[in-house]
Amino acid sequence: MIYDALWLVPLLPLIGFVCLTLLGGWLSRRAMAVLGVGSVALATALAFTIGYTFLTRPPATGHCTEVIGSWLAVGNLHVRFGLYLDALALVMMLVVTGVGLLIHLYSATFMAADSGYRRYFAYLNLFVASMLMLVLADNLLLLYLGWEMVGLCSYLLIGHDYADPVNGRAARKAFVVTRIGDAALLVGLLLLLAHWGTLQIQPLLGLAAQGWANGSALATVAAALLLTGAVGKSAQLPLQVWLPDAMAGPTPVSALIHAATMVTAGVYLIARLHTLFELAPAVQHAVAALGALTLLLASCSALLQRDIKRILAYSTISQIGYMFLALGVGAYAAALFHLMTHACFKAVLFLSAGVVINALDEEHDIYHMGGLGRQLPGTSLAFLTGAASLAALPLVSAGFYSKGLILAQTWNAPGMGVWLWTGGILGTLLTAIYIFRAFFVAFLGRPKSHARCGATAAEAVALVVLAALSVTAGFVEIPAGLGGGVQAFTGLVASALPPGPQPAHTGNLPALLELIASLTAVAGVLTAYYFFRYRPPAATAAGAHPITAAVGRLWQSGWGFDWAYERLFVRPLVMFTRANRHDAVDALFTGIAAGSRALHRGLSRTQTGRVRWYAAGIACGSFILIALMVLP
Amino acid sequence: MTLAWLIAIPLGGAVLAWLAGGFAGPWPRLIALAALALDLALALSLCWNHPLSLALPGNDSWLMRLDLPWIPRFGISLLLAVDGLSLILVLLTLVLGLVSVAASWTEIRARVGFFHFNLLATLAGVIGVFLALDLFLFFFFWEVMLIPMYFLIGIWGHENRVYSTLKFFIFTQASGLLMLLSIVALALVHQRQSGVLSFSYFDLLGTSLAPDSALLLMLGFFLAFAVKLPMVPFHTWLPDAHTDAPSAGSVILAGVLLKSGAYGLLRFITPLFPEAAAQFTPVVMALAVIGILYGGLVAFAQSDFKRLVAYTSISHMGFVLLGVFAWNELALQGVVVQIIAHGLSTGALFIIAGALQERLHTRELARMGGGIWSLAPRLSAVGLFFALASLGLPGLANFIGEFLVLAGAYQTSAGVTAVAAAGLVVAAIYALWLVQQAFHGVAPQGLALADLDAREMTVLGVMIGLVVWLGVNPQPVLNLAAPALDGLQQLANI
Amino acid sequence: MAEIPLTHGLLLAVILFALGLLTVLARRNVVFILMGIEIMLNAAGLAFVLGGARWGAPDGQVLFILILAVAAAEVSVGLALVLQLHHRFGSVDVDAARQMRG
Repeated sequence: MIYDALWLVPLLPLIGFVCLTLLGGWLSRRAMAVLGVGSVALATALAFTIGYTFLTRPPATGHCTEVIGSWLAVGNLHVRFGLYLDALALVMMLVVTGVGLLIHLYSATFMAADSGYRRYFAYLNLFVASMLMLVLADNLLLLYLGWEMVGLCSYLLIGHDYADPVNGRAARKAFVVTRIGDAALLVGLLLLLAHWGTLQIQPLLGLAAQGWANGSALATVAAALLLTGAVGKSAQLPLQVWLPDAMAGPTPVSALIHAATMVTAGVYLIARLHTLFELAPAVQHAVAALGALTLLLASCSALLQRDIKRILAYSTISQIGYMFLALGVGAYAAALFHLMTHACFKAVLFLSAGVVINALDEEHDIYHMGGLGRQLPGTSLAFLTGAASLAALPLVSAGFYSKGLILAQTWNAPGMGVWLWTGGILGTLLTAIYIFRAFFVAFLGRPKSHARCGATAAEAVALVVLAALSVTAGFVEIPAGLGGGVQAFTGLVASALPPGPQPAHTGNLPALLELIASLTAVAGVLTAYYFFRYRPPAATAAGAHPITAAVGRLWQSGWGFDWAYERLFVRPLVMFTRANRHDAVDALFTGIAAGSRALHRGLSRTQTGRVRWYAAGIACGSFILIALMVLP
Repeated sequence: MTLAWLIAIPLGGAVLAWLAGGFAGPWPRLIALAALALDLALALSLCWNHPLSLALPGNDSWLMRLDLPWIPRFGISLLLAVDGLSLILVLLTLVLGLVSVAASWTEIRARVGFFHFNLLATLAGVIGVFLALDLFLFFFFWEVMLIPMYFLIGIWGHENRVYSTLKFFIFTQASGLLMLLSIVALALVHQRQSGVLSFSYFDLLGTSLAPDSALLLMLGFFLAFAVKLPMVPFHTWLPDAHTDAPSAGSVILAGVLLKSGAYGLLRFITPLFPEAAAQFTPVVMALAVIGILYGGLVAFAQSDFKRLVAYTSISHMGFVLLGVFAWNELALQGVVVQIIAHGLSTGALFIIAGALQERLHTRELARMGGGIWSLAPRLSAVGLFFALASLGLPGLANFIGEFLVLAGAYQTSAGVTAVAAAGLVVAAIYALWLVQQAFHGVAPQGLALADLDAREMTVLGVMIGLVVWLGVNPQPVLNLAAPALDGLQQLANI
Repeated sequence: MAEIPLTHGLLLAVILFALGLLTVLARRNVVFILMGIEIMLNAAGLAFVLGGARWGAPDGQVLFILILAVAAAEVSVGLALVLQLHHRFGSVDVDAARQMRG
């Protein structure tokens, strides 16, 4: 059975990593590229074969398990290297391998001039292997292994160009901030282990569903800890600060790790453990609220960035906010659907931005670009497709269908549904404005600099495929409101995830909601056109007022989170450790040493060397002793 | 007799190496290597010949025992015994011994014979500590491992060696004396109860004590082990000793000597004084967590490579302490894995520090200036690897240890465990800061630096292999330790 | 013959001892110090003899003979030291030999 080969999917990139690390010294650059891309290509081919089989002849139970071996067994704790494939894992596996392969291919020429070529591919292969381990793991400890390893690869690749300390700082920031979440996640794992005695995901969920009452304190704590882990990894409030800085890494890395795959691990985690979150309604509401808040704050920040990669970074935070919003209202399939389309369109945005940055000699500022549409027509078209999909332009973009599904199900959610929906719609407007601002400023208008070169063949392949997917990936799920009623995606994942909130009303409401969302997106594009293409002075004037300028500064700095964290946590920590550099505890012991030395000096002063003084001392001492003995 | 040979071979090797110091050529080094390799083979054969099985009911966890009279008048005998726990520690000692001989191949140039005498004598003492089950003999070996180490730091150390080695000696000696007092008092109490004067661990196990005196006697033992471990606030000898010791000394100190403290805690504290230990547990767990965080935070502020690594040791040993006092199967297994993992990863970091010092003549991170990666990629990659092991990356040995300790400690106290988990964040901060300062950045102009040569690469390669192997397949070690830990837990339940 | 009360004898011994001690403490000349020590030894000897006479035990006289022997040995060693002192420092002032001060 093809499912038996499942373990090869993560193993192949791992072999690539090991070969590149150990044999690297003897390989030519070409061989490195072949090894690096080839290992992922094989894994991708295998993954898609498995995917095809899963679609045509699904396993009887809707999932299959593959055990490679035992990891550790202590007492009643048994952890194994086991893989678990269901529809959820399948979608993640296909996204990781598919997008991963295209980005590897793109990197083969994009990084050609880099001196750390071998290191780059080794880390990238390790990343794909770890990410696959994360999504395929059948127990939480193995998932945690993948979780930490992808964080490590993220650190290594952000700091790929280690000569610049700025990159190193960004890399450390990313790792440490996510590690805060990871530590919470680990405590969550310990809690689950202590109460249910297992880390196997499916049995654990079964036990928890039976043993914990809905809303019980322990379930809430456990879910909150897991949520903290997810928030850290997926750059949601309040741990989102690392992602914009992570753009210091090479652009393909930003595309793969910091847009398409790793940052969505939090979404995967919540979807995978949705049973637990449903046992803790308070936490699940928090997921939705955090998602909505994050998507709004991040879109506002994206509006005012000048660095094209930072715009995309804030946009990633915001789009993952949509996914969290969906998870929070129980629309898991919608979140996963958006995860998939987001991986495609965000990757194409990043990759085309990479081509632009490369062509303009590391220029990141969109206001120094301009007129790229004529100089790099293909790349611009790719960017436009991605932007359209991100802005959810109606009908012709994948983002429209996935975001539409999220919004529709959010509306149906009981309780705060309408408010969350309003937030989502507002986000749609902002999204369309900020991404088309970037498009109009950088790609249209008067050229301000000369593009050195276009995309190479390998880069072009990746761009074309991803751009095509950004348009078409949404057609697998066409809402009933549009008369289509295609439900291939939700149908597929229905075996792994419960259906989202069902509409309370029927009739014309779904179609009306779709219409509002569509109109909002179009309105956003038109707003961007008015301010940044038709009458740019209007934008300048709007930003000149003291109040808007202050708000603008706040938004541009990412709502001052960095500023606050720097003063609240980083500086006190550094000050404390600096002050305590010589270890205050040691003062205790050096104090004892100094005390005995002082005692020594005092006593040695009585050693005068005068015999008669000694005699007097002896006499006095004897007198006192005798007196003590004689007197009662 | 195998057990006596385990100690005698390094001792014999030590004397031979000293004698061979008079001849030209690398004889002392070769003799040391040969003696340790022979000893390792012997220890492995023990492993091989005694397949352990939990399935056998009533199976004693002791693999082998040797009991010869020594000073029968005082009930002192040469009582050596080995179980899975001792065997693991002996194996670790021998592996790290081999590593440290190989690592100091070019570093030590003066009085080579005497150096290897001291190295092997320390190792013999440590092996003795792990095997001795007569408390007097245990104390004897406790001192034997101390004095050669005093010379190792004092003669072949760096700038501040006299201060450091004296500090090391005084801390360990003073705490050791408290332990001696406790040992003698325990033996006398036992004599009063049973009429037989004996220092044998097996005889003393069942001694019943008044709660107050049990607490006092336990404190005597505990302080000796806590200083050796070291536990905050008795840790301050460690950074000095590590910083000024030669590479081999640091490896042995971090990898093996500290472990004798952990071993003592496991073997003696709870089994001998179950009630007192239980009473004392909250205090120790709090101190362990403080150690985890404090060691990590102080490490972050250090500018000296070896000093930084020394403070990370304090942090890691906090996990060991936490695990020992959590006293359940998960935590104890975690302690064993953490002991090995810390020995390997910290030992390797000290070797790297030594290699850098040999090349650059400085340990100051600021003067290394970073950028070593472009000059010596192999060295830097290995450094990165062990820094990652040190921060507890899953898939490497340290993670298994820390995870099991935390999982075990969670069952005892969830709150303490949650705070200890914050140690993972601190670990990330200091480990990455080390990598940044030493290896990343731009190399200063005109800096020339040779990459690791074949000898160093072999040594570090073996250590990398062991760390990865333990990280993905810790089961052999867990199986070996399981009956011994089970036995200890049963002793404590009497 | 009237008995001399024990207290009188002891008082004499104490006075002798105090005189000897005072000599040791007050005089800088090492020869006088030795003489002071002799006086103190003899004071102790007198006390022993008195005790022996009072209780009719021979131990007092035995000890006095022992003290005599010790005093003789002490004087011979002491005088040799005095000679050395004079040889080294050119004086018999005991305060000249202060090299052992801390």
